[in-house]
Amino acid sequence: MAGITKRTTAFDDENLSGRSQKLYFEVTEEENYTYYGNHEVDFNKRTSIDCEGIDAHELNQKIRDAIRKGYGSIVIKNPGAKHSLGVGILNKLNLIFEGSLGYFGIGCIDGPTVRVNGRVGWSCAENMMSGKVVVENNAGSCFGAALRGGDLIVKGDAGARTGIDMKGGTILIGGNAGAYTGFMMQRGRIIVCGDVNANMGDSMYDGIIFVGGEPHSLGTDCVPGEMNEHEVRWLEQKIKNAEIDCKVPASKFKKYVAGRMLWNYDNLEPAEKKGILG
Amino acid sequence: MCGIAGVINKKKTVNVGEQMGLMLQGLKHRGPDSTGYAMYGTPLKKGFVMRFKISENEAEKVNATVDSPADLKNRKNAVDSILKKHGAKVTKESSSTPYAFRYIFDFKGDLTDLATEIETVEKTEILSIGKGLELIKDLGDANTVSNQYGLDKFMGTHGIGHTRMATESDVDIKSAHPYWAFPFEDVSVVHNGQLTNYWGNRRVLERKGYRFNSNCDSEIIAVYIADKMANGIELEKAMHDSLDELDGVFTYVVATKDQLGMAKDHMAAKPMVIYESKDIVACASEEVAIRNIFPHEIKTYDPYEAEVKVWQA
Repeated sequence: MAGITKRTTAFDDENLSGRSQKLYFEVTEEENYTYYGNHEVDFNKRTSIDCEGIDAHELNQKIRDAIRKGYGSIVIKNPGAKHSLGVGILNKLNLIFEGSLGYFGIGCIDGPTVRVNGRVGWSCAENMMSGKVVVENNAGSCFGAALRGGDLIVKGDAGARTGIDMKGGTILIGGNAGAYTGFMMQRGRIIVCGDVNANMGDSMYDGIIFVGGEPHSLGTDCVPGEMNEHEVRWLEQKIKNAEIDCKVPASKFKKYVAGRMLWNYDNLEPAEKKGILG
Repeated sequence: MCGIAGVINKKKTVNVGEQMGLMLQGLKHRGPDSTGYAMYGTPLKKGFVMRFKISENEAEKVNATVDSPADLKNRKNAVDSILKKHGAKVTKESSSTPYAFRYIFDFKGDLTDLATEIETVEKTEILSIGKGLELIKDLGDANTVSNQYGLDKFMGTHGIGHTRMATESDVDIKSAHPYWAFPFEDVSVVHNGQLTNYWGNRRVLERKGYRFNSNCDSEIIAVYIADKMANGIELEKAMHDSLDELDGVFTYVVATKDQLGMAKDHMAAKPMVIYESKDIVACASEEVAIRNIFPHEIKTYDPYEAEVKVWQA
């Protein structure tokens, strides 16, 4: 039981033993705002890892080792469209993939800035909490599934069910998006500069979808909304920051929202909440 | 889950056996039970090439009734005599396993009658008949099947293949993909997904006289396409029709003597990644398979829902 000190509270004075051991922590202690294994990194300290001949598990371990050594910029060479690369990074980091990723690429990340100089397969950046991901080519289906925060950008097209079940953050698509984009989305924003295929926003609870082109058809619960000035400015800024050459001016975008408001979420996204708490 | 792949080289003959082998080995994790190749060699000027099996690969099964060498010999003789009876003259024959054969034969009669009668022989199934199509499937991964049948030097223009994870039917050769579109020469299909109106469609097609060798839902796509083509419908149109008439979630790849096509259902629930250049088109369930033949970075894309694409050799 080394390192665990028993703290007695008014509610619990049980002796710590065996499986019933409990950890108590002070909310005022700084360490409680960072993840276990979170390291200080220097963005000017750069390294590269060759993915040739190694599997996802090994590569992900090597990324963690580099972070531990303080490398803030990591270049992954020859990713070769392998699956599950770069998942679970909970650190600030510049991560650059010099090639395409397979399925479940950079899932469950919180904090890093990722650039993929290629294409990503299904379920890229699933469950991402914060950070920024830029994909230079196209993305497969379920792009940003269950996204919770951060900016997820693809300069080309995205597949079906983009932003399925998303709970926050922003997805920005430079090209077209597939069917059921925004399916069951609960919060967050999706921006599509091109067209969207059938059943856009089907069963959406809340959140906003901005479309520069035309949606082929709207799903159940998705209805057109009215753009306000603030949103036009926000759109302009987001598209400009993402360096996307969008042919449609922000003022011509169409806005779509949930028609029935099946559930009212508060307005703050998790990343924003975290900012306030921190 | 299953993995499917297809490749077509435009206007040139290459080692398509090696291309397919590499792609399918890259999809092994999607289906380790069996692997199948349907590859298109240089079309024969006269005659047909036929691949058929007279028994199952029972080696790995517990309590399997393994056929005796005498049984196999009797069945092979029965097939030979049926060919002779129909006036087919076998010019070349070879076999890689005791139960799978490759025949080249001259024939001028009705292919349907011949094929139907050959399949009356116990446990005998024609895997393919065509001018260029050769369909090989067996248990194990891509390398196992390729080594067993010597496919790593198969010269041709295009091919499709499948790695199978058995879900709704048995692990055996008859349920393995690809499926030949009986009795149409040079048409084959691989499929990833589930068809939910299988039995309804099967009853309709059986009433029209089509034969089904397995209970695998994928077989119906081959028969369905064959039926459409028998009615003079172009491959691309037939594939478009299938999106509405076949129900379920599916992505399939079909090949004819000089074409490769893919279709994705309305839900786009089964993956497909495509790479196109002016010399070659490759498609697979995962990009990692395509990257086995293109180690350098390539620009690929996902087809959208209800999309049909057909490429010419």
